[in-house]
Amino acid sequence: MSGITPDLLALQLFTGLALGSVFVLLAVGLSLIFGLLTVVNFAHGAFYMVGAYVGVFLLGLTGNFWISLVFAPILVGTLGLAVERFLVRPLYGRGIDYPLLLTFGLGLVLVELVRILYGLEGVPFDTPPLLRGAVDIGIGYFPLYRLFLIAVTALLVLALWLFIERTSYGLIIRAGARDPEIVRVLGVDISRVWLIVFAIGTGVAGLAGILSAPMRSVIPDMGSTVLVEAFVVTVVGGMGSLIGAVVAGLLVGVVVAFTSLFWPDFSDLSMFVLMAAVLLIRPQGLFGQKGLMG
Amino acid sequence: MLTVENLHAWYDHSHIIQGISLTVNTGEIVSVIGRNGAGKTTTLRTVMGLVAKRKGRVGFDDQGDILMESTHARYHHGLGYVPEDRRIVPALTVRENLRLGLVASALKGQEEAVIDRIAETFPRLKERLNQVAETMSGGEQQMLAIARATASEPKMIMLDEPSEGIMPVLVDEMFDLFIRLKDQGTTILLVEQNVERALGISDRAYIMDQGVIVHEAPAADLLENKEIQDRYCSV
Repeated sequence: MSGITPDLLALQLFTGLALGSVFVLLAVGLSLIFGLLTVVNFAHGAFYMVGAYVGVFLLGLTGNFWISLVFAPILVGTLGLAVERFLVRPLYGRGIDYPLLLTFGLGLVLVELVRILYGLEGVPFDTPPLLRGAVDIGIGYFPLYRLFLIAVTALLVLALWLFIERTSYGLIIRAGARDPEIVRVLGVDISRVWLIVFAIGTGVAGLAGILSAPMRSVIPDMGSTVLVEAFVVTVVGGMGSLIGAVVAGLLVGVVVAFTSLFWPDFSDLSMFVLMAAVLLIRPQGLFGQKGLMG
Repeated sequence: MLTVENLHAWYDHSHIIQGISLTVNTGEIVSVIGRNGAGKTTTLRTVMGLVAKRKGRVGFDDQGDILMESTHARYHHGLGYVPEDRRIVPALTVRENLRLGLVASALKGQEEAVIDRIAETFPRLKERLNQVAETMSGGEQQMLAIARATASEPKMIMLDEPSEGIMPVLVDEMFDLFIRLKDQGTTILLVEQNVERALGISDRAYIMDQGVIVHEAPAADLLENKEIQDRYCSV
């Protein structure tokens, strides 16, 4: 264990948080969509991938990372809006497996479309000049871009939390997750709420995609591994819980980071071991409610 | 106010409501009584648009036939509904539950004023506004459900067994409240197991049995007619 210093451990913690940030962004949307719509969105990874490619497209068009960063999630969210309205909505009331199969198929279609447009090879996505290099964070040098990623995630989670906890619309979302019928009785067009929540969830997946682009290679398949990771995080945190998605996302990120430091061979497996352990002790996940699936 | 004509409703393949007609005039309290399983709850749910398979005609206020309209549209026409087992949102506070009754309402801008007014009408809720709703007693939760449904000042309110499982002192309070609502001009359609209490405040009543209406009479007459009560309402 020579060479393992406290500073190195602290740096690895930050690496884990950066990795976890991407998980958080994905799981937040996945969890929100499941919690409210009871849709298990298997296309979530594809929306993430599309976010990265829309980022590539916008960057090529404008040459400006910041414009791309703002508009890629909006465009992906708009795609999500159309998907909910025209593909998912007709399936409500038919059980959980219909939208599951639909989104699974949609994910495959999106991947193939991107393959046709951009080919199988990865496309490069440069880190924006302003965010290159590393900064001294007191314990050592850490890549500036990853700090940026953590900060963006923190801001987005804060904004979402304020939206859900402090606005009337958020009140409808919280009540609608528990009892959609009473929300309708009280005059709310719940299908509009579902539409918007689906758009927010997929838009945030798109944001995760473009944010990951400079760190991972942008390839059509990039969504498939990430989808599995996002599901693990959602299960660990508890389906439908925003806090759960945040805590579990960061936790999984940190666990993966540390296992890859100490037992590199084990790093791919560690999150699944964590999931199994959580499921054994708390089957509903860390912050999940019992019987949500029933 | 409400005119139901030849209403039918189905759950899957079972034909629950088999052609009922009833009228509630503006300003009346009308009760629907009958045994468990007679179809009273399904009648209210169908009038509220919550039963997918339905047929017939539901005239409300000056809206014409609202049978196939969405549930939320009925709220906007001024039709309130307090379902069976209350359905307050357990994890939300009392205040948040009340706000939920106003989010879609024209009164949304005056949320604070409306909640203050509710607090005066429902003293039990006043001191519990910031309490999580599920920590209250059943009767208090029922009061909350009624307060939530009336917050937007509906023209008519339908209540499904509001007194079920509630201690008598609160039932008294609740029935007094219904009379006050009536005095303020709210029309009420009440489904109750507590037959004597319901008839006591009602103008008219319908008796339901096995998905049809078997009897209609002024409430005062029914209150005295023990034979009919025994035949259709005793367990």
